Amino acid sequence: MLTKRIIPCLDIKNGRTVKGVNFVNLRDAGDPVELAKIYSETGADELVFLDISATEERRKTLANMVLQIAEAINIPFTVGGGISSVEDVAILLQNGADKVSINSSAVKSPQLINDLAAKFGSQCIVVAIDAKQIDGEWVVHLVGGKQPTTLNLFDWALEVEKRGAGEILFTSMDNDGTKDGFANEALKKLSETLNIPIIASGGAGTINHFMDTFKIGKADAALAASVFHFKEIEISELKKELKTQEIPVRL
Amino acid sequence: MNIVIIDYGAGNIKSLQFAIERLGFNAILSSNEEEIKTADKVIFPGVGHADSAMKMLKETGLDKLIPTLKQPVLGICLGMQLLCNSSEEGNTKGLGVFNVDVKRFSSTLKVPQMGWNTISNLQTDLFKGISENEFMYLVHSYYVPICDETIAMTDYDGDYSSAFQKDNFYGVQFHPEKSSAAGEKILKNFLTI
Repeated sequence: MLTKRIIPCLDIKNGRTVKGVNFVNLRDAGDPVELAKIYSETGADELVFLDISATEERRKTLANMVLQIAEAINIPFTVGGGISSVEDVAILLQNGADKVSINSSAVKSPQLINDLAAKFGSQCIVVAIDAKQIDGEWVVHLVGGKQPTTLNLFDWALEVEKRGAGEILFTSMDNDGTKDGFANEALKKLSETLNIPIIASGGAGTINHFMDTFKIGKADAALAASVFHFKEIEISELKKELKTQEIPVRL
Repeated sequence: MNIVIIDYGAGNIKSLQFAIERLGFNAILSSNEEEIKTADKVIFPGVGHADSAMKMLKETGLDKLIPTLKQPVLGICLGMQLLCNSSEEGNTKGLGVFNVDVKRFSSTLKVPQMGWNTISNLQTDLFKGISENEFMYLVHSYYVPICDETIAMTDYDGDYSSAFQKDNFYGVQFHPEKSSAAGEKILKNFLTI
C-alpha cells in the first residue's frame, strides 16, 4: 500500500539553512547537506528545500547546493523559492533535484505550469499554494502570505491540476506557526476534489496533529519544519505512532 | 567495469550517477552506439512522456539498438515502460522487448502514484538480500500489468509489475537511486550480475 509521507522542510538562505535548527551531533547546523543526510538516515520520506535568498548569485548558489545534496542523499527532494522559468527548472533538475516547487510565478503566469509539465513531466512539478481565510473564504496569498490575490484556494487548486501540476503543497497561513494542527477541513476538501497528491503544511505541533491531517484532512503527505529541527518530534517516533493508528507509513 | 547510462535527453540522471558512485563504480552517459554496445552494463533511464521519449530514441536510432543489446540492461521507470510493446501514454509503440502493454492507473486513484510503496513476490538475483515488502520510491501515472516476466509486484488498487526480467533485460518501475539503502542494494545487485 502506498504510504503517507513525512517531509521536513528546510529554509535556505545563500546556501545555508536559516531559522533555528537544533541538532545534537551535528558539526555545523547551518549546512543543508549535513542536515539532509541526517534526515534521510532517520526516516524522512522526502525533503523540501525552500530558498529565501534575494541575492544576485542566488541561482548559482542554489544550483550548486542541489548538486551537493543529490550527491549525498538517497531519498527524493524538492527545491522551491524564486523559480520563475523553464531555464531555472532545467538547471535544478539537471543537478539532481527530483521536483521543483513554484508559487508566486505560477500565480503571475499560470501558463508556466503547462510549459513545465510539458517539458519535464507533471511528476516533478509541485505547485505551492499559501492561503488564509478572509470572511470565511480561503484566499490565495503571495510573498509568504503578505499579499492577497483575487484567487480562491479551491478554484486555483483545480486550475493548477488542469494545467499539469503533479502535486499541491498547501500551506494554511492561519495555521502556520501556531502549532495548533493543520487546516484539515480545507485539506479534506482539496483532497476529495482533486486527483493529485496533496501535501499538508502549516500548524504541526504534536504527533496527534499528523494523525488528524491524514485521517481527517485526507492528506497524502505532511510537511513541517520547527518540530523536526528542534527535535520536539522525532520522525521515527512519529511514524511508529502513526503505524499503531493504522496509518500506512514506511518504517 | 564499464557502465553506460543511455543518454537521450530523458531528464534527471544526476542522482543515478551519484548513486552508482556511492557504490564505488563509475558510469558514463552516452548515446554512442559503439560505447553502448561494448559496455558491461547498460542503464536505460527515463522520466517524462513516453511519446516524446520514443521520438528522441528514434531520432538517434537507439530504438533499433537497444533491443539487440546482449549485456545486462536495466530500464528504470519510463525506461522500463519503453521496453514494452506499447503505452497508453500518447498511444505510443514501445521497443517491444516485453510482450505487454503499458496501462494508465484508474482515474479513481490519485495519479501520479507518488511516494513509498512495497515490493513483493521478489524473484531473481536482482533482489538478493532484499526483504519481501521492502519499501521503494515510485512516481508514475502508467504501469506494466502482471505478466509472465514479472519478478516483483506492487499494489496500487490492484497488483502490477514493479519489476520484470527477460533474458538480459531487466526493468524496475521504482527509482532504486532514490529508495534509500535498499534501493542502492538493488542497483548494486544489478551491477554485479
